Amino acid sequence: MPETTIESCNVKRLEILSETGDADESMMPPLSDSQIRELYETLVRMRTFDHRALNLQREGRIGTYASILGQEASQLGTVYALEKTDWVFPSFRENGALIGRGYEMYMILQYWGGDERGIKIPEGLNIFPISIPVGTHILHAVGAAIAAKYKGDKAATLAYFGDGGTSEGDFHEGMNFAGVFKAPVVFICQNNQWAISVPRAKQTAAKTIAQKAFAYGFEGVQVDGNDIFAVYKATKAAVDKARGGGGPTLIECHTYRMSDHTTADDASRYRTKDEVEAWKSKDPILRLKLYMEKKGLWNEEYGKQVETDATAMVDEAVKKAEAVERPKPADMLTYTYKELTPRQVKQMRDF
Amino acid sequence: MATMNMVHAINLALKEEMQRDKNVVILGEDVGRDGGVFRVTEGLLDMFGEERIMDTPLAESGIVGVAIGMAAYGLKPVAEVQFMGFIYPAVDQIFNHAARIRSRSRGRYSVPIVIRTPYGVGIKSPEHHSESSEAHFCHMPGIKVVVPSSPYNAKGLLISAIRDPDPVIFLESTRLYRMIKEEVPEGEYTVPLGKARIVQEGGQVTVIAWGSMLQKTMKAVEGVDAEVIDLMTLNPFDEETVYASVKKTGRVVIVHEAPKTGGFGAEISASIAEDAMLYLKGPIKRVTGYDAVLPLPKLEDYYMPTVERILKGIDEVMQY
Repeated sequence: MPETTIESCNVKRLEILSETGDADESMMPPLSDSQIRELYETLVRMRTFDHRALNLQREGRIGTYASILGQEASQLGTVYALEKTDWVFPSFRENGALIGRGYEMYMILQYWGGDERGIKIPEGLNIFPISIPVGTHILHAVGAAIAAKYKGDKAATLAYFGDGGTSEGDFHEGMNFAGVFKAPVVFICQNNQWAISVPRAKQTAAKTIAQKAFAYGFEGVQVDGNDIFAVYKATKAAVDKARGGGGPTLIECHTYRMSDHTTADDASRYRTKDEVEAWKSKDPILRLKLYMEKKGLWNEEYGKQVETDATAMVDEAVKKAEAVERPKPADMLTYTYKELTPRQVKQMRDF
Repeated sequence: MATMNMVHAINLALKEEMQRDKNVVILGEDVGRDGGVFRVTEGLLDMFGEERIMDTPLAESGIVGVAIGMAAYGLKPVAEVQFMGFIYPAVDQIFNHAARIRSRSRGRYSVPIVIRTPYGVGIKSPEHHSESSEAHFCHMPGIKVVVPSSPYNAKGLLISAIRDPDPVIFLESTRLYRMIKEEVPEGEYTVPLGKARIVQEGGQVTVIAWGSMLQKTMKAVEGVDAEVIDLMTLNPFDEETVYASVKKTGRVVIVHEAPKTGGFGAEISASIAEDAMLYLKGPIKRVTGYDAVLPLPKLEDYYMPTVERILKGIDEVMQY
């Protein structure tokens, strides 16, 4: 008997906005002019924040920090597609997603400055605390999605991770559980090409990360991660599908980590200047600016005003973060359990 | 009142808590149609359906990680890890997340999960099915470790564990599952976490044990004026009850199935040395499993503390 093809998959890539700022209007998601301005202003704020955070680290005013430079559109485009009732499960490089979700910038600085209170998520903001161990929180997003489905809530969860994270066992287990339970979760891979010093090609022999979804029984798509319209459109479709009972989606945001892994890293040890230079022309903010200019939504005056406003907001955030009193030493014990253990009560006497 | 073994008592606790609170769900390998490899969840699928009794893919980290996400969303998951020797892939989730999310989020989120897992020697099984690695979990702040030794206590402790606001590792001795029967009330009662029980009062020596070792300890102390403490919760352990007994008897024997080095007996022993040393008449004795990789069934009877070894330990401390 001849062999037959019993399954095949087509991996799609979505691009809407070119490097020169030209959009395929037939593909454009329905965004008003004011929404497009809001996107641009938020992107500039993210970049201003990121730049300032790097400086604060160099001045010893915060601890180790992971830059989002180059990934702003991948982060904002995804959270911008969410409803208030949806949930975000960030890794450590999602400061942009946090800002885009309405998280206070001063609290992000407070956290990276070494104070857990910076990720005490305010009530009503559906964000999970930043997770440092790579890929492990993917399972939490899946569990929360199964719980949302069980409770009959119309909510989707979003799990963020990088290309390195897809090598972890918990990525596999999370994708697998999500497929089996048809959980309302959207997996956002920030494929920024580098996991510290190890390039994307050494994480997987697969041509794309998006195609991994097909092995788990659901759809995966690659998007130009520096194209905010494509990122937004793909995410919106995925969260709508999830909330409607259509199950999970994997979105591979094809982007680039323009900066070092963290402030404790030196990327010049392992990658060439030429490679980084080549990605500069693909910059997500530059291309949105060019688009808006052509549409009459951007001029020099507006651009300057946006930067001035962003700087003022970040200045304010730095001031506020640095004015926060140090946490109380006893706090390290207070939140271990709901109630202190008898032994902890004794240990408390040291403070 | 019905007489039942530990399997039935745990099953009853699960059933009653699920009837009481629809946020309680069960997930794990073979917990549904099969009722669990030890039949602990038998009948629950028919009663509560697939939405609440979830047969999962075969992945321990996945089971615990998903349970954490469910708990953060407001459910009260009871996850089963089929054998303690297979819990290690989930340790990352237990240590790095379950134990820390309350602290990480300064109390905004918590992880009220129970991880049930059968432990210990006793069912003539292949490698990895007989581990007692409770001490690893006791060293991690943020989780509680509970080990029942009888059907009555298993039910009451499990109900407390399910209602507890923090993650609990709940260890079930495979040897005890069907070994003893006792009267277990239908309906709600709890045995509090963090409290030991004095199984037998005595004046000459304090013998501390838990889980699978309690039965053997009770046999060993026949005719001895020994006070026997069943610790029941290892972390946080009931220091008060232990010290009060030590102050009374002045002699201590600690019995556990796990290897001696770094076992939980070391913690109890050091604690007594710190807080009740001056009441001791002689050295503290630990009767434990050997510092050996757990042998296959042909040698497991030699590995585990026997009634004779416990009695020998008691005799040794009685010399002082």
